[in-house]
Amino acid sequence: MSDESLLSRRNALKCMAYGGAGTLFALSGGVLAPIDLAMAAGDSKGAAKLGRPLFVQISDTHIGFNKEANPDVNGTLTQTIDIVNGMAEQPALIIHTGDITHLSKPAEFDTAQQLFSRLRTTEMHTVPGEHDTSDATVTEYFNRFGKASGNKGYYSFDHAGVHFIGLINVLQFKPGGLGTLGADQLAWVAADLKGRSSSTPIVVFAHMPLWTIYEPWGWGTGDADQLLPQLRRFGSVTVLNGHIHQIVQKVEGNMTFHTARSTSYPQPAAGVGSGPGPLKVPSDQLAAMLGITSVSVVKHPSTLALSDTALA
Amino acid sequence: MILKRTRLLLTAAGMLMLWGVEVSIPSAAETSDATKVVVKDFKFMPTPLTVKAGSTVTWTNKDDDVHTVVSDTGAFKSGAMDTNDSYSFKFDKPGTYHFTCSLHPRMVGTIVVQ
Repeated sequence: MSDESLLSRRNALKCMAYGGAGTLFALSGGVLAPIDLAMAAGDSKGAAKLGRPLFVQISDTHIGFNKEANPDVNGTLTQTIDIVNGMAEQPALIIHTGDITHLSKPAEFDTAQQLFSRLRTTEMHTVPGEHDTSDATVTEYFNRFGKASGNKGYYSFDHAGVHFIGLINVLQFKPGGLGTLGADQLAWVAADLKGRSSSTPIVVFAHMPLWTIYEPWGWGTGDADQLLPQLRRFGSVTVLNGHIHQIVQKVEGNMTFHTARSTSYPQPAAGVGSGPGPLKVPSDQLAAMLGITSVSVVKHPSTLALSDTALA
Repeated sequence: MILKRTRLLLTAAGMLMLWGVEVSIPSAAETSDATKVVVKDFKFMPTPLTVKAGSTVTWTNKDDDVHTVVSDTGAFKSGAMDTNDSYSFKFDKPGTYHFTCSLHPRMVGTIVVQ
C-alpha cells in the first residue's frame, strides 16, 4: 500500500468518524441553528459565538449491527461521544432520535446505555425507532426509556424557553404504508400546544421523517398532515428525525425539517437499489460518499442552509 | 401452546446457527406439510403461498437488513430476524392470512391455508 493510499484511507476513516457524528443545535436569539458537530468541536471558539449549545442530536446508533457496512458500531458511537465530550461548552441535552439498537435485544440496550453513560451531558431524551420496538412483546425499549412518557412513547418538556415534543411513529405501521402517529397522539399534541405562545420555539423530534421523503420505502409519516398544521402558527419550529441515515433538509415557512446522519452505517439515497438496507461503501469511495456538513451561521431557521461537502 | 412450540423452534434455529449450520426447516415430524418463505431483496417469496391446514410455515431472512413477520390481525408475530434467522408459525385453521414486515411496511405477503 502506497503512502498516498494510506493517507486516503486515513482521510476516509476520519471522514467516517466525522460523518457519523451528531448535530449540535445552538440557541441564538431564541432560534435554533444546526451546526455540524465535528466542525463545532473543532472550532469551539467559533461555535461558541453562535450561542449557548442547547442540544446534540444523535441518531440510529444501531448497537448490535455487525455487518460489513460497519463491523464496529460501538467504536463509531464511542468516537461520536468523544467529540461531544470534547466540546468546550457542553450541551444541556442529548436527543436520540431512535434505533438505539439493531434488534431490540436486552444486551444491545445494555451496551448502548453503558456507552451513553460516558457522555458528560447526562440528560438524554429519546424516542424509539422501529428497530427498538421489534421484539415480539415490544417491552425492551419501554422498560428502559418508557418512564418519561408513561410508556406511551410521546411526551413534552421545556428547557431554556424551548418547548420540546417527542413523538412515536413506529408502532402503528399500516401494511404497505408509512409510519403513523395515530389519533390519540395527535389529540395529545393539540392539547399540549393549546394556549402556548406562538413565540415559543418548538422542537419536535421523532424517528421516522415527519414529511414524506420517499413513500415507496416508507420514508414518511402517513398522518403527519394532521400534525404539521398545528405547528404553523409558531415562529420557530424545528422538526428532527433519523431513520434514513443521511442528511435531508427542507424549509417550509417557519418550519425547518432535518434528518440526521447515523452513527452506524450509511443507507442508499431514496430509490437506489432494492431497499433501504445497509450501504456497503468501499474504503476508497468512502471519502467521496460521506462527508461533512458545512456550517451556516444564521439568525433564523428559515434562512439557514446546511449543505453536505464531500472530502474527496 | 402454539406460541411455546414456536419459541422452541426459534431456539433450535439459534443453536444451529451457533454451530455454523444452515438453518433448516423444522422437523417434518412436527407438521404435516412444512413450507417456507424466503425474505430477500425486501420481498417475501413466494406470495401468496398456499398450504394445508396444520402446516408450519417458516420464514427465513436472506437479506442483509433486519425483517419481521407480523400478521395484520395479530394472529402471529415474529421478533426481529437478522440475516439467516428464521421464524415459524403453525397454521391450524383454514383462511387467508396477510402479513407485513413491521420495519419495512411496503413488504407484504399472504398465506392461504386450505
